[in-house]
Amino acid sequence: MVKQEEMKREKSAFAFVGRALACITIMIPTAALALADDWEINLPRGVTPMSRDIYDLHMTIIGILAVIGVIVYGVLIYTIIRHRHSKGAKAATFEKNLTLENIWTLIPFLILIGMAVPATLVMMDMDDVTGADLTVKITGSQWKWHYSYLDQGIEFYSNLSTPPDQIHGDAKKDAWYLREVDRPLVLPVNKKVRFVVTSTDVIHSWWVPELGIKRDAVPGFIYQAWARIDKPGTYRGQCAELCGVGHAFMPIVVKAVDEKTFSRWVTQQEKAHPAPRITQWTMETAMAKGKALFDRQCAACHQENGSGIPPLYPALSTSSVTVGAPISRHIDLVLNGVPGSAMQAYGPQLDDADLAAIITYERNAWGNDTGDLITPDQVRERRSTQRTRQDNNQP
Amino acid sequence: MTMPTQEDAIPEQPIRNGRRGLVGFLKHWLFTTNHKDIGTLYLCLSLTMFFVGGAMALVIRAELFQPGMKVIDPDFYNVLITMHGLIMLLAVVMPAGIGLANWMIPMMIGAPDMALPRLNNMSFWILPCAITLLASTIFMKGGGPNFGWTLYAPLSTTFGPPSTDFLIFSVHMLGISSILGSINIIVTIINMRAPGMTWMKLPMFVWTWLVTAFLLLCIMPVLAGTVTMLLADRNFGTTFFDAAGGGDPLLYQHLFWFFGHPEVYVLILPAFGVISQIIPTFSRKKLFGYGRMVIATGAIAFLSLLVWAHHMFTSGLPLGAELYFMYATMLIAVPTGIKVFNWVATMYRGSLSFETPMLFAVAFIFLFTFGGFTGVMMAIAPSDYQYHDSYFIVAHFHYVLVPGAVFAFLGAVYYWLPKWCGRMYDETLGQWHFWLTFIATNVTFFPMHFLGLAGMPRRIPDYALQFGDFNAIASVGAFIFGFAQLIFLYNVIHTIRSGKKASAQVWDGAEGLEWTLSSPPPYHSFQTPPKIER
Repeated sequence: MVKQEEMKREKSAFAFVGRALACITIMIPTAALALADDWEINLPRGVTPMSRDIYDLHMTIIGILAVIGVIVYGVLIYTIIRHRHSKGAKAATFEKNLTLENIWTLIPFLILIGMAVPATLVMMDMDDVTGADLTVKITGSQWKWHYSYLDQGIEFYSNLSTPPDQIHGDAKKDAWYLREVDRPLVLPVNKKVRFVVTSTDVIHSWWVPELGIKRDAVPGFIYQAWARIDKPGTYRGQCAELCGVGHAFMPIVVKAVDEKTFSRWVTQQEKAHPAPRITQWTMETAMAKGKALFDRQCAACHQENGSGIPPLYPALSTSSVTVGAPISRHIDLVLNGVPGSAMQAYGPQLDDADLAAIITYERNAWGNDTGDLITPDQVRERRSTQRTRQDNNQP
Repeated sequence: MTMPTQEDAIPEQPIRNGRRGLVGFLKHWLFTTNHKDIGTLYLCLSLTMFFVGGAMALVIRAELFQPGMKVIDPDFYNVLITMHGLIMLLAVVMPAGIGLANWMIPMMIGAPDMALPRLNNMSFWILPCAITLLASTIFMKGGGPNFGWTLYAPLSTTFGPPSTDFLIFSVHMLGISSILGSINIIVTIINMRAPGMTWMKLPMFVWTWLVTAFLLLCIMPVLAGTVTMLLADRNFGTTFFDAAGGGDPLLYQHLFWFFGHPEVYVLILPAFGVISQIIPTFSRKKLFGYGRMVIATGAIAFLSLLVWAHHMFTSGLPLGAELYFMYATMLIAVPTGIKVFNWVATMYRGSLSFETPMLFAVAFIFLFTFGGFTGVMMAIAPSDYQYHDSYFIVAHFHYVLVPGAVFAFLGAVYYWLPKWCGRMYDETLGQWHFWLTFIATNVTFFPMHFLGLAGMPRRIPDYALQFGDFNAIASVGAFIFGFAQLIFLYNVIHTIRSGKKASAQVWDGAEGLEWTLSSPPPYHSFQTPPKIER
């Protein structure tokens, strides 16, 4: 009889251990798979002193927490296995122990102080943006980054270059799907680069894990960060703060090069490059160019079928602007945007041919069929009239 | 048990409004001022919205199963993440907590009902109206709110769809409901305790709710003010949050997180209370260090009001603020640690049995502690620069909210349901529900830590190829989690309709006034105050 009782108890203990093992067996393959080379499971060590400081801090804290975890979970598992009612455990009656309670109030407090000291040092270092060799102004806007090298006078927009058909699954996704741009940010290695970050519309956040930088871009304010990259290479990141429909489609690519290559790149940029001569401007070429540009620049809001998301993002397929006269009103709106709304000014972002193509597309796609072919010259003309008007308004 | 049972003393008083059929049914539930009825209403609403909010999460996980935009468009994705967050916080976890408070507080302190029954009715019925208004924004012209549950300006002001104004009114109503509910709980606990129920004899669940109710009174008016400022910025030409008019988008974040951070403790403190009731029962041993537990609850609530800007480490705070908020946040680990250590000490050398409520409670300790660890990691400001707004934070707050608040409240239902309806739930189904939920929770949320550390930002509908595998795993886990909850739904309905009869004591190790009442308890819990042993 007793033996049976014992066996029963053993059996239930086994059942429990079995269950615990079942859990562990789920966790272990997950962890093992994760440890395989191509599975990233940890922070990158990165390529700046800051990113490595953060990484070291991160690993130190994990180490301390792991020790605490082993102790707490160890006691918990021990008591779960040993002190079971089904194994005939009798409950003790103690319900407090001030010494013990003081110990586990005080010791965590001391551990936290131990964590705070290195954290404070790294934080102070991160905040020190003095002594920079180069300053880059980063401006976020829906949904692209604009980089401006303040000392060199170079500036450009950096857009996602993944084609829309990859996003919709109509084409094979390439290796850097959603992490590739038309123009990367080029930076020299071994130089302290100061970033001044701002935004033109909503809050964005410039995050490149390997540089150890995440900095919110807040409209109307400028916040700073810095990096000293010590290894040439291409480092990728993306916007980290929800910024609207296109939030997932706002990648960052940083190309770090040695100093010589960097100065050669700077000289190249400084040379004025003439706009490519347009040999033929027909409806077909303008429409094809226009569709490609529209899908990339405009479709996030106005949608690829021109239906928009009214009332915030108006439809273009039935709009008085896109089918009505005068055409100049349409051109002006795209050039200057609508202040106080989500419609950006595209004048500074795109050249005359691009704008002419987009406007031609908007006036002829989705059944708009106005038959209007806008030429780059028309756009240039609207640009210059506005410039004259602005000049006249100057006191 | 030393306390006399009142099983036979008080006759059952079925009170209906004198009408039968549908009209009687509607009148009864619409006009009821009974704490148990209102508690039931809160819990039913919470469970319904749990499935609504959960369905939204499953659509989100379906979209994230593979790279590429497949299921929904990015704008609707943003609407879903906003709604999922708001519904889970304001329409699931909070009503569940208040529902439990309504059911249990009078029974635990020896009172006949809540102190302000009509207010109680009102604070409940505001809620379905507010939630309906909130959910209806999805169908409005221009789409539902699509800027995340944090409603950050200027995305919610200049760039927000027209439905945002309805969202703001809905938040106002939810706030009024919470404030009224909190006042009722505070007044009840202070005035309605049975003679001899001194402060240091209050059950932990009652203590945690007293502290939570005060916390709600501190923060809800701030939220109401903040969203009113949003409303003014959107419609009346003010520029509180617009730099072009001398405002500051960061002002919004400061005000919001002054509400938002204590709010997470509003969700978790009642869960702590539940755990502090369940663990001693199934350990057959008194709660270890009761006094310290009470102090820790108060300390957590107090500190939670002083740490809000740790949500804003990357927003552009000056160095001094970064350091202060880092230190203050780390400090919360001390009282939270005390809680965990004391629960473990309660179990230590107890006589443990593992019925479903205990399973949920033990899983709570394991996984909430893990969420606490990642919480300490994120308190470290420089490291937080890498974690912030990545999937690491998504993993963290789901680890403290799902195995935290949700597990505790599921455990609470299994624990008290036999008392509420006088019928025992099906233990086998309960175990199935627990194990599936426990495994699915980890399969869903654990890989998110890896995703975040590898550089995947939160709130994106489409992602780079390198994140594909873990996202697929997380999606599978989420669907298992979702369907496992149907077992719970079935078990609850089955118990109420045809469960086996439960005794008044229900659990052999349970102590407290609620177990001295019959199962189910009389309509007006204690009509004569119980005598409490000194």
